[in-house]
Amino acid sequence: MKDKFQSVGQNLSKVDGMGLVTGKPLYTDDLAPKDCLVIKILRSPHAFARIKGINTEKAEKLVGVEVVFTHENVPKHLYTRAGQSYPEPSVYDKYILDEYVRYVGDEVAIVAAQSEETALKALKLIKVEYEVYEPVLDMMKAQGSKSQIHFRERCFLNMDKGFEPEKNISAVYNFSVGEDVDEVLENCHVVVKERYKTQAQAHTMMETYRAFSYIDQYGTLVIVSSTQIPFHVRRDVALSLGISAGKVRVIKPRIGGGFGGKQTVQVEFYPALVTYKTGKPSKIVYDRKETYQATTSRHAMALDVTLGSDLDGNIKAIDMNIISDTGAYGEHAATVLGAAGYKSLPLYNRVDGARFTGKAVYTNHIPGGAFRGYGVTQGTFALESAVNELAAKLNMDPLVLREKNMIRKGESSEIFNLTTVGVGSDPIPMDSCELKYCIDKGKELIDWGNKYPRKVISPTKVRGVGMSIAMQGSGIPGIDTASATIKLSDGGTFTLLTGAADIGTGADTILKQIAAEGLGVSYDIITVFSADTELTPFDVGAYASGTTYFSGNAVKMAALDLREKILAEGARMFEINNEDVLFDGLEISSKDGNKTISLIDFSNKLIYKRPHIQLMGTGSYTTTDIAPPFVAGFAEVEVDLETGKVDLLNFVEVIDCGTVINPKLARIQAEGGIVHGIGMALFEEVKETKKGKLITNTMMQYKIPCRMDINNIVVDFAESYDKTGPYGAKSIGEVVTNPAPPAIVDAVFNATGIRIRELPITPEKLKMALINK
Amino acid sequence: MIINLHVNGIKKSFDINPDEYLVEVLRRYGYLSVKKACDTGSCGVCTVLVDDSPVLSCSYYAVRANNKHITTVEGISGEDRSLGEFLVDEGVDQCGYCSPGLILTVIAMKKELENPTKESIVEYLTGNLCRCTGYVGQLRAIMRYMGVSE
Amino acid sequence: MITFGDYIQPKSVDEAYESLISKKSARLIGGGCFLRMGNRRIGLAIDLSQAGLDYIKDAGEEIEIGAMTSLRSFETSELLKEHFGYMIGDSVKHIIGVQLRNIATIGATVYSKYGFSDPITALLALDADICLYQGGRMALGDFLKEVGHRRDVLEKIIIKKSNKRGSFQTLRNSQVDYAILSVAVVDDEKGIRISIGARPGRAALAIKAMEYINSKGLCEEIASKAGEIAAEELHYGSNNRGSGAYRKELSKILVKRALLEVSK
Repeated sequence: MKDKFQSVGQNLSKVDGMGLVTGKPLYTDDLAPKDCLVIKILRSPHAFARIKGINTEKAEKLVGVEVVFTHENVPKHLYTRAGQSYPEPSVYDKYILDEYVRYVGDEVAIVAAQSEETALKALKLIKVEYEVYEPVLDMMKAQGSKSQIHFRERCFLNMDKGFEPEKNISAVYNFSVGEDVDEVLENCHVVVKERYKTQAQAHTMMETYRAFSYIDQYGTLVIVSSTQIPFHVRRDVALSLGISAGKVRVIKPRIGGGFGGKQTVQVEFYPALVTYKTGKPSKIVYDRKETYQATTSRHAMALDVTLGSDLDGNIKAIDMNIISDTGAYGEHAATVLGAAGYKSLPLYNRVDGARFTGKAVYTNHIPGGAFRGYGVTQGTFALESAVNELAAKLNMDPLVLREKNMIRKGESSEIFNLTTVGVGSDPIPMDSCELKYCIDKGKELIDWGNKYPRKVISPTKVRGVGMSIAMQGSGIPGIDTASATIKLSDGGTFTLLTGAADIGTGADTILKQIAAEGLGVSYDIITVFSADTELTPFDVGAYASGTTYFSGNAVKMAALDLREKILAEGARMFEINNEDVLFDGLEISSKDGNKTISLIDFSNKLIYKRPHIQLMGTGSYTTTDIAPPFVAGFAEVEVDLETGKVDLLNFVEVIDCGTVINPKLARIQAEGGIVHGIGMALFEEVKETKKGKLITNTMMQYKIPCRMDINNIVVDFAESYDKTGPYGAKSIGEVVTNPAPPAIVDAVFNATGIRIRELPITPEKLKMALINK
Repeated sequence: MIINLHVNGIKKSFDINPDEYLVEVLRRYGYLSVKKACDTGSCGVCTVLVDDSPVLSCSYYAVRANNKHITTVEGISGEDRSLGEFLVDEGVDQCGYCSPGLILTVIAMKKELENPTKESIVEYLTGNLCRCTGYVGQLRAIMRYMGVSE
Repeated sequence: MITFGDYIQPKSVDEAYESLISKKSARLIGGGCFLRMGNRRIGLAIDLSQAGLDYIKDAGEEIEIGAMTSLRSFETSELLKEHFGYMIGDSVKHIIGVQLRNIATIGATVYSKYGFSDPITALLALDADICLYQGGRMALGDFLKEVGHRRDVLEKIIIKKSNKRGSFQTLRNSQVDYAILSVAVVDDEKGIRISIGARPGRAALAIKAMEYINSKGLCEEIASKAGEIAAEELHYGSNNRGSGAYRKELSKILVKRALLEVSK
């Protein structure tokens, strides 16, 4: 398949790469007007309280202070910060400012001043009187708590996802397929029943949250934001201010990383409000503490998994029950919860019965939000850990157990269908699924045969290997929309306009490759522009692993559309039939070779001579026939039995992401995603005090892996092609993160006999378990 | 107060407060390649060279740079410029936000390490955090640039 | 954010000290790295960077390290390596990164008596002295035991030369995180010294373990026993990085490992 492609499959360098490495001023704060108002936010010191009184008089009088907002003088329109397609499944449970504060760090007042110093000074002059309530700081006790965090009459639902604020429930997700799970389990010879816990994880993108805004020459409120979701920001900001979305324009410049954090509208409301009310440009730049304290993190979860199999290791039943901590607000509460099940359980599609039950509960923690993997990482950790435990119980190689039970090409999964709005009961066949290859190749690359389960290196050092498989979606079928426009400009060049949000991933580059493939031209004559809600067509943005698949398909459609138009104009010019025209990327010619015109002359002629037209191709894409990517991950660890320290020596991941549009960029994205998984497995954990105050509020306290923590990582790709993807491609962004936590946990188990079920695996946890063994 | 800095080879006067860190001053005067990321001296993103030594411009008082030579990524020249191409060739530019700090640190490292090895490179650069790439691709590019083999 | 009222760059320690006692709100500025994490106004900031305190000198029987010596100079000094081996370098290489170590100073680190400090742990085992402008020379161990901070200028750190063999052992989860525990052991003519830091309290000597090991020969069994004694005699507390119980376990291991390394 690959050989047929010209641009797809090439190791094109990132189109913005040299701009980035030469330090060009391309990021949000580099572009902000020098004299704009600076916004700072007063935050709640309490985990749960009501503002009884707030006095801003002194702050307002401070020279240089432009405006102070409190819950008493902001527009009061309910919204959700979750960047999702409209109508969002997340509860609208937030105002720009509210009289209730629901976690330490929640917004109390907004100050805009002529300088940062003045704004900070003004914050100190605001006097707030709180009525402090008993906070809910244990997600397991949220449902029975006397403290109620949200109130039905102060929320709005687009759709009912089981919202029950009286019990602090933001969303409920239940589904089951096949036979009754309890009955099937009763008849199983081997049962694993365990609780797993995953921690809150902080995105820690290098560029913190920031945005600035101004009113342009047309009176439009322009927001330049470090966001993954420009179109959702436009809609949400308009909603929060009660104005028409037509009055809001969002521009996404270069972004210093997002990882899901910027799929939530974290900061844009504030400069939008200030500029809307004052008419003056304003900006907000969250410092690192605010970024940790007052945005979102990966939903912490407690996941109960019960697996049943026969003595031969045929898995008959899976039961998964989850409590997910959505924190103070319900951003992404229902969808992250659901994804934990419906994008992990389909891995084992041959069960007699499967059941998923889950609740996302409100607590007075930092809100949960989208984070690379979006619940699937949590679900995969629990499910794959349980499968590894089953393998141990059966005394069976976990690879053999996987091969017996996992989903294969051409098969379908009833559960996976549940992700798909509007598809009904028609099974979605896995047009591509190279899990078998991924496992076989990974086994070879890690040298499983020689290393499984353990090797004793010395009296104090033992090595072990472990593995996991995983899947993800490729965008959200039936819900996501991506569109693209390509125009043929004079001079014989093309411009691709896309609303897709390149946040460092290389989306601009791979979409250009897809455009070149579709047009049948060299990618050198295409420029890309993204993303500006006023100039580029709609795209939901960078999330749900949707860009390559959805935006890629839209770009392909636009390219094919434009190619057709080129051929048609050629036919008109040559006065022959459309089917008698050829376009080889450089020249348009008649099949008989009698008539030829270069692309440059052709494009000049179209615009400057008759018919004086701008040729444009456009495409909009959605689907219900979705293609998930698959991976197998293998970890080799060395455990210091005396200290409990785990060193990850090798991590191998073999990926089926369909056609690899750009192997170079895909490899780096995979390596980065794997390290996110390693961080979750070994290092990272959001920690709060007993009163709900964040401890891990700096990069000295919240440790992402550093260079010395990361050893060898091997990434390989399966030959794969999915007919639904653009030139056979599926997604890659999130799936790569999922296998590391369960694989590392299993490697530690194989090395030591200790099974860690609560992440991360700290030296202390392991050492104490070894002592108590 | 007024200080003199030789930024990227050009001597200029800067009006600063003594409690200001170098990153604030450089950004205020338009050297926007210098980025801030962690506020606590933990991530290496804001690295600049002061008299060829890599320092965190977020933790280095501007006043201490008086009469010193500052290099930002806008000012690297000659052979050093090719480092960026090595990174882009490997695809490890990704979000790019940490690239200027990394590039400057590598340039200093190249001068400082006499017999660089994979281990000594990793150790030298460990103060440059990156959340996108997972480090191993950067290491491939940097080893190639330094002429160090596995 | 830290803001300064007045700011001076004294050219000598005399001048720095005079300024320090001239004003209650006067503060010395060393590297400025940890200072910046605070949030206050300093009435008079006394920048020590021009006071002539950046040196590592061979002073015959001793080596003198000026207070404004950067951690990076401390780490890479050939002179220090020649006399004390790798333990000096090992005790700073986990501190964030080269760029921070080019700014942070050994004097500010020692003066601040941070419990998490790796280099203090190493210097204590090396039996270092410190020299204060007003207070004069004193043992680092005595300085660390003092409660609070003297209003004085730390001029230099002095390490006596001898045939020292040392080992620095530490455990941290991420390699540039703060240590969960650090242990330094030095063996020289006067015997073996064991210092344990990041307990998470300030580094202290494990006196009983030292007495025990100095009364016996060094072998694996004795090293293990010394580790157990060290685990019992010092207090190990809990913080975000680890519990007291775990630190206690770790101290047994790291003391044993450090002892065995110096015995090689």
